[in-house]
Amino acid sequence: MTVATKAVLDQKKIARAITRITHEILEQVDDHKSLGIIGILTRGAPIARRIAAQIKELEKIDVPVGLMDISLYRDDVHSKLDQPVVQTTDILFELANRNVILVDDVLFTGRTIRAALSQIVDFGRPKTIQLAVLVDRGHRELPIKADYVGVNIPTSKNDMVVVKLIENDGEDIVFVETEKLKQDKKGKN
Amino acid sequence: MSKLSSRHLLGLENVPRQDMELILDTSVTFREVIDRTIKRVPTLRGITVVNLFYEASTRTRISFELAEKRLSADIVNFSTSTSSVKKGESLRDTVQNIEAMKIDMVVVRHGSSGAPYFLTQCMDANIINGGDGAHEHPTQALLDMFTVREKYGSLDGLRVVLVGDIKHSRVIRSNIWGFKAMGASVALCGPSTLLPYEVEKFGCDVYTDIDEALDGADVVNVMRIQLERQKSGLFPSQREYTNLFGITKDRLKRLNKNYTIMHPGPMNRGVEISSEVADSKNSVILEQVTNGQAVRMAVLYLLSGRKEEEGS
Repeated sequence: MTVATKAVLDQKKIARAITRITHEILEQVDDHKSLGIIGILTRGAPIARRIAAQIKELEKIDVPVGLMDISLYRDDVHSKLDQPVVQTTDILFELANRNVILVDDVLFTGRTIRAALSQIVDFGRPKTIQLAVLVDRGHRELPIKADYVGVNIPTSKNDMVVVKLIENDGEDIVFVETEKLKQDKKGKN
Repeated sequence: MSKLSSRHLLGLENVPRQDMELILDTSVTFREVIDRTIKRVPTLRGITVVNLFYEASTRTRISFELAEKRLSADIVNFSTSTSSVKKGESLRDTVQNIEAMKIDMVVVRHGSSGAPYFLTQCMDANIINGGDGAHEHPTQALLDMFTVREKYGSLDGLRVVLVGDIKHSRVIRSNIWGFKAMGASVALCGPSTLLPYEVEKFGCDVYTDIDEALDGADVVNVMRIQLERQKSGLFPSQREYTNLFGITKDRLKRLNKNYTIMHPGPMNRGVEISSEVADSKNSVILEQVTNGQAVRMAVLYLLSGRKEEEGS
């Protein structure tokens, strides 16, 4: 098995995508003061902060940013196959009557977003919830759609979409790893 | 990605430090959950937990029960006074019948040391020790460690004194293994009649003079003195115990600044600890109780769904 890597977004393109998402949010949501941004841990968090920073620059408004770990709301917690360390959810603003923007790095099956929606509902009743993602890679298993998308990437289901962000990984890059099976399948692992 | 090296929690002896760290780190998350308006997450939906209490308990039982409810588990409570144990049913038969009703986890408190281990041999459920005889009470020690870690940031290098009935206290045993594994130095203090044989094998400093034990310590964990021990002649009178080992305000002068007073409850006020000390600002006794829920949620979460083939 070999792995082919294809770069999709570099630092500049990531910055442009986030800027465009920010403008779209400001265009869609009339009352900017009602905005609240929730980043899904781990890599939705820095994107959420960047969007908030850009809104501050453009509109001089401090939009509250919350962080959410969805592990406790996953529908596969009992399988324990690939259990991540649970991180702490930190939403310090009132959700009632907010227009909440939920932010994640990659939208794939939609199950993470389903878990995040369940969790938000337990925290309060926002006026609206919209979804912003840096990458939409398709293959949804639930009826979930993003309102703001940085880039659509066609992938096969076994591909890995890797997002690295400066805050967590020291660099901004998005790439796709594709497993290429050797023609005689003996080579597989 | 990480998980515990065992699918049961029977005690802290021989539990690797990284397991304890994982439990404490996960507890931070659950500590936040119990401060939410809706103190409930759906994590253990579909998991059935039996609370099997063969001995009296207030804190531990309520704390486990709330932890289970806050994780959305289904719960069955069992206490010996209202069950067929009265009719003479054995522990093995009792749990095998309960397991036949498809339960997933058991929290057990029992007067006999080793009862939780025995359960692992006759059933498939994940077993959590809620206190067994004079052996261990691991979740109590974990919540003590969590409470101290919240205050100091780390247990490394702290001096912890455990005062009381070293011979019979399961809380002390679990505290010894836990705090030592996390890098604290542990001292034991109690009347010589309440020190076990070969106490030196714990690898702790042992004192029979409380003032010497408290010298330069950061944390004092005071154990309840079990009054039934007095009847069996292990110490002459409560009053003498209070005079020689009771934690009073005067004795605290020997401690380091920013010291912490702990007690696992239930307290005999005026016996092993004075009310003045128990209610002082350095006392974290009620925080221990709150943190206990978070730690038990973490343990339930980390053990749930763990099957035999992953290694025991």
